[in-house]
Amino acid sequence: MKQMTYLEAGREGLAEMMREDTSVWALGEDLGRGGVFGQYHGLQTEFGKDRIADTPISESCILGSAVGAAMMGTRPVVEMRFSDFALCAVDELVNQAAKARYMFGGQTRVPMVVREPSGLWRSSAAQHSQSLEAWYAHIPGLVVVMPSTPADNRTLLMESIRCDDPVVYLEHKSLWDFEGPVDDGAEILPIGKARVARPGKDVTIVSWSAMFHTSMEAAEGLAAKGVDAEVIDLRTLWPWDKKTVFESVCKTGHLIVVHEAVQVGGFGAEIAASVTENVFSDLKSAPLRIGAPRIPISYAPTMEDEVRITAEQIIEKTLNRVGK
Amino acid sequence: MMPTKNFDQRRYAQLFKQMCRIRAFERAAINAKNEGLVLGAIHPSIGQEAAAVGVCENLNKDDILLSTHRGHGHTLSKGADPSAMMLELLGKEGGNCAGKGGSMHIADFSVGMLGANGVVGANINIAVGAAHAIKLKGENKIVVCIFGDGAINRGPFLEGLNWAKVYNLPILFICEDNGYSATTHTKETTAGGGPVVRAQSLGIKAETFDGNDIITVDQAAQDYIERVKKSGPHLLHFLTYRLEGHTSTDPAAYRPDGEADGKWSNDPIARCRNLLVEDGVSAEQLDKFDNEATAEMTRVYKIARDASFPPALDAYKDVQDIGNPQTEAF
Ligand SMILES: Cc1ncc(C[n+]2csc(CCOP(=O)(O)OP(=O)(O)O)c2C)c(N)n1
Repeated sequence: MKQMTYLEAGREGLAEMMREDTSVWALGEDLGRGGVFGQYHGLQTEFGKDRIADTPISESCILGSAVGAAMMGTRPVVEMRFSDFALCAVDELVNQAAKARYMFGGQTRVPMVVREPSGLWRSSAAQHSQSLEAWYAHIPGLVVVMPSTPADNRTLLMESIRCDDPVVYLEHKSLWDFEGPVDDGAEILPIGKARVARPGKDVTIVSWSAMFHTSMEAAEGLAAKGVDAEVIDLRTLWPWDKKTVFESVCKTGHLIVVHEAVQVGGFGAEIAASVTENVFSDLKSAPLRIGAPRIPISYAPTMEDEVRITAEQIIEKTLNRVGK
Repeated sequence: MMPTKNFDQRRYAQLFKQMCRIRAFERAAINAKNEGLVLGAIHPSIGQEAAAVGVCENLNKDDILLSTHRGHGHTLSKGADPSAMMLELLGKEGGNCAGKGGSMHIADFSVGMLGANGVVGANINIAVGAAHAIKLKGENKIVVCIFGDGAINRGPFLEGLNWAKVYNLPILFICEDNGYSATTHTKETTAGGGPVVRAQSLGIKAETFDGNDIITVDQAAQDYIERVKKSGPHLLHFLTYRLEGHTSTDPAAYRPDGEADGKWSNDPIARCRNLLVEDGVSAEQLDKFDNEATAEMTRVYKIARDASFPPALDAYKDVQDIGNPQTEAF
């Protein structure tokens, strides 16, 4: 069993795939110097400039050319640097990558991975901090993956590269240094399968990405107050593991969904609605979403904190909901 | 350039002072960053001050300026209050952007500075729109849009320049070319002859100049601003060099050994100083300008350091009028 950071595990996963499959390549700004966070460090030395390709600052062309290259049978891994800059290439992702297979009647596939580091990170303000996963989950044709642990950042990236659909792969910038075991022998959970990280009987907390860790912390606090929370790391938003979530809610009777993204129109609403529609009679309370207020993200820490979800908030709101 | 017979000593002493103010502001900001007082990233323009000063000194207060993530120098030169800027960098109350933007989004609309930008190249189309409005309103002012060499590979460079020419808009594009796009040599990812020939291909007059020589920048700016007023969009390409990292915490290890050291002799402030000395200004006088700039920015730093953070609930202000989160955020 190896210990790795989330960042290293992603790099390892990409390197393993590139060794295994010569059609895999990566493109993005500054990749030859390791990428903006070091996720590609050393890879150009191993794989050369053709397979770890430096691009100009041309987001629409980076993403658009990857669509073409994917349709020609290669497997591009597109680095968007910050998820916010991927917005310069929304047409290429949403109108082109996501639709090509369908529009062309199944003649083509777009097997690409779009890596979009996202989320709050060191006072980066409104254009470098967003969590936009719900947008992508809304788009037919896209797979949406949000790893929370080093182990998942390795295996989910590998699974995403193997996947024949376009995958939006959202790593959380605050997790880069997060260390954990990356076990080469462990069972690999596929895309679409959630992980019950902490079994519990009183309330189900569903989360993903960085908020999964905050939810785990909250579960410890809840345990101290006599509430035994089951914490589910959803891992992938599309497809999402309804079965695991429904089973858990049927057992506990309470659903809390926690995400860093804006709560209004967030993916928590989808989960809450699905649970309500499908297992209503097992619910003992109305599902609760915990997400950010619908405001842009500020620079100053006092105001930035207004969008930050803490374990204390989760504990308080959960206790209210379960009536303790 | 050597001082010529009609070297305007007073003018260049003034521009020297302005460059010293930018340098001092950024040194103070970097110190504050190192002390943990600036929380987000800052992109210093150390070594690039001549373009900011040489251009902005030729603008009127009501002319419009749009900048990049590396925008402290441009903003100061346009006349923004340095204490409001430092307050913004520290995310404090009284910052130009109310603590919401930080360094990368510095803006001061009261002096026509419509914003730095966190998205490379995004300022180009906005600047073109600002120039379009000036034309629609029949006003007698211009827009200056500054961007780096990396930005010319984004779509807005083509789209914005084309639009500006089609509508013959009063806009001066300025490409501040420091050779790098973050850690990448821009040349390695840029085909053809760069911004000048790209602009020329659209019928926009464009030229390359030494962006570290204050006289050259000043004269080119004067000339081109006049041309813009007469005949629409133009582009200036200033060659310069970023003497420090992409951000203040970037050690710039991707540069060949000694590259930056060699470039310090081409520092625009040192060069301007030499010109003034050759023209008879005493070293003491020039040191005095420099020390005054440092003292000003030390005061500014202290003001910002001692200020308080904005109240948390200000986070809900200025989002939108309808569906205002101050009444409904969830
Ligand atoms: C659309 C977009 N892509 C990428 C980035 C990340 N980024 C920030 S600054 C920078 C380099 C910009 O180079 P250049 O335009 O030459 O300006 P310089 O930093 O040299 O002043 C990059 C790639 C961004 N902010 N926006």
